[in-house]
Amino acid sequence: MAEDNGMFNVQQTIGSVLCCKCGIPMAPNSANMCVKCLRSEVDITEGLQKHVIIMWCPECEKYLQPPRTWIRAQLESTELLTFCVKRLRLNKFKVKLAHAEFIWTEPHSRRIKVKLTVRKEVLNGVVLEQFYIVEYVQTDHMCESCSRVQANPDQWVAAVQLRQHVSHRRTFFYLEQLILKHDAAIRAIKIKQMDEGIDFFFANRSHALKFVEFVGKVVPIKSRNDKQLVSHDPKNNTYNYKYTFSVEICPICREDLICLPPKVANSLGNLGPLVLCVKVSNSVVLLDPFTLRNDFIDADKYWRVPFKPLLSCKQLVEYIVLDVELLGYELNVAGLRYALADVQVARVSDFGKNDKMTTVRTHLGRLLNSGDYALGYDLYGANSNDIEIDRYKNLVLPDVILVKKSYEEKRQKTRGKPRPWKLKSMNMELDSSSRKLDEEKNTREYEEFIKDLEENPELRFNISLYHNEEYQPSEMAPVTDGEELPSVPLKELLADLDISDEEDGGESMRE
Amino acid sequence: MATRLQFENNCEIGVFSKLTNAYCLVAIGGSENFYSTFESELADHIPVVKTSIAGSRIVGRLCAGNKKGLLLPHTTTDQELQHLRNSLPDGVVVQRIEERLSALGNCIACNDHVALTHTDLDRETEDLIADVLGVEVFRQTIAGNILVGSYCTFSNRGGLVHPHTSIEDLDELSTLLQVPLVAGTVNRGSEVIAAGIVVNDWTAFCGSDTTATELSVIESVFKLREAQPTAIVDEMRKSLIDTYV
Repeated sequence: MAEDNGMFNVQQTIGSVLCCKCGIPMAPNSANMCVKCLRSEVDITEGLQKHVIIMWCPECEKYLQPPRTWIRAQLESTELLTFCVKRLRLNKFKVKLAHAEFIWTEPHSRRIKVKLTVRKEVLNGVVLEQFYIVEYVQTDHMCESCSRVQANPDQWVAAVQLRQHVSHRRTFFYLEQLILKHDAAIRAIKIKQMDEGIDFFFANRSHALKFVEFVGKVVPIKSRNDKQLVSHDPKNNTYNYKYTFSVEICPICREDLICLPPKVANSLGNLGPLVLCVKVSNSVVLLDPFTLRNDFIDADKYWRVPFKPLLSCKQLVEYIVLDVELLGYELNVAGLRYALADVQVARVSDFGKNDKMTTVRTHLGRLLNSGDYALGYDLYGANSNDIEIDRYKNLVLPDVILVKKSYEEKRQKTRGKPRPWKLKSMNMELDSSSRKLDEEKNTREYEEFIKDLEENPELRFNISLYHNEEYQPSEMAPVTDGEELPSVPLKELLADLDISDEEDGGESMRE
Repeated sequence: MATRLQFENNCEIGVFSKLTNAYCLVAIGGSENFYSTFESELADHIPVVKTSIAGSRIVGRLCAGNKKGLLLPHTTTDQELQHLRNSLPDGVVVQRIEERLSALGNCIACNDHVALTHTDLDRETEDLIADVLGVEVFRQTIAGNILVGSYCTFSNRGGLVHPHTSIEDLDELSTLLQVPLVAGTVNRGSEVIAAGIVVNDWTAFCGSDTTATELSVIESVFKLREAQPTAIVDEMRKSLIDTYV
């Protein structure tokens, strides 16, 4: 009205007219009726639902969002309010929601009351606002998954059998941490520790499929699946299957010594043939310790020509380093720096008994100093019966191949003490049917794995370490003798979230 | 007194009739009810004429007039013009005008002395209005609406205008018209005043939706309670007495 266009504008005072029904003076509106008369004339809540029955699963405490979604919501929460308002289909009656709030009711009453304020256009453009109360009645109705669980808690539809045919469980310890970090097995009904692997059971084929996909992203795997017909209904043309996914993880582990088959070595540009595996992700990173040449093999390539490790971490022997001579060639592989060096070593078991020394070329030039301990494979003493190694006619095997530096001596002090950090563990059942798993061996391997984590930041990168509350730092000042023991920096640790109903909070966040 | 009536179940009676101090035009309806209501009220004083204009029944919106004359749009047929000339009293000038805006009832609001018109009417039309109806012509709007004929109705004694008219506009209009005006509604809150009511100096007809409140506003502003067809004489007498005293 009051446009400033430089013209004289007459001031406009809105007069009052009489309400056409009751005759009280009021400001003119488009119905020319006062609010009270308008209300008495039209009820905008007419036809709107005032009693609604909602389905509620007493087992998992979820509400049914028709047609078949179940949503979890706390009483008096925003989610529940959204759910309640959605049930009313206000759009159908062309009313607009202005405000909604809960009216407190006793939780046992199984009644939810919501006070709604709605707006609607009535009588040539007048918008009327009115509140009304809707009562929701909760009726118990078990959801499909709960009723299935009630009928038989062990009912699984898909099983994933994860296997690695090696003598240790290092890969599974690592995999467990990855699965925990990414919540990959959150939908598993049951997890069972088996000989040489783990079984995961799922209620749904797609969950299993998703899990297999996840595993395929973190380790090189080969998988196949089968299904077994459980029942079928020819009238509905529905079939019930049980699915099994057999997943085999490649048996090559970090720190394994491999003699590459000629075919593979050729395809990698005559790499090796003696190589060390320095990293396993969805591909295997191989490093020739004598030349620092490296390459990687992905799952696809590996399973085309599979090969086995010549020697693996169990056969590692401890050596003492007597002399290091750097050759000046350095390389970055998989996040670690390697330098070529000639090292003079002697077996720790021989040391002081005889004068057997070996000079060997190694990739650990940066790490080793004279007087250090190192772990390596003793090829001189090893009795290998690998077919691949026989195929190379003129291959001269070195006596020793060093794999990593050993911190065993330095660890003596801290042995048996708790660490400032801890890992979570998956809730696994032990398989009772297969031969008894060696508890002691298991603990030892787990300890090895934890040491590995401490020494190798690259390995820690993908997994979550948690603050250990039981740990108390010792009062004694740490005795620093030159080099410190590798440990996990405090800033890498996560505080463990400990909520009593962790299950609830966690799941709702993921959904 | 104001009478409530319907035209074929329609409350917009101002569309189907035209009432002045000298004559009344009504549309030819399916039933005689509408006509007979006017007839019973007015027959003793003025002629009630059944007619169509340009073949249509919306006579109230198509023509404009007062006791001195009647303006018809250019779409009026010769027969209709002749019929009206025959039926209306001799003193009433019936004139067909060439105006682009042919719904004259919507564009012109008048009593016997003043007329408000649509702002876009031709100059010739304005002259004709002044000549035929014997009025002063003002180009005006009512609460921002240019269809002055639709949104206000006034007689020589009072007037009803669109409910959104501001107080300043009301003052200005009543100064122009020299009659008291009030902002109000008819037909239960309808703001199209002229469609809901036809009025002359002593009687009014309004749509049957009109509420009692609206009716009382109408009766008081048009001064219908004390009004008689001879009220003018009474008033004259009163003023005579005034001068005596």
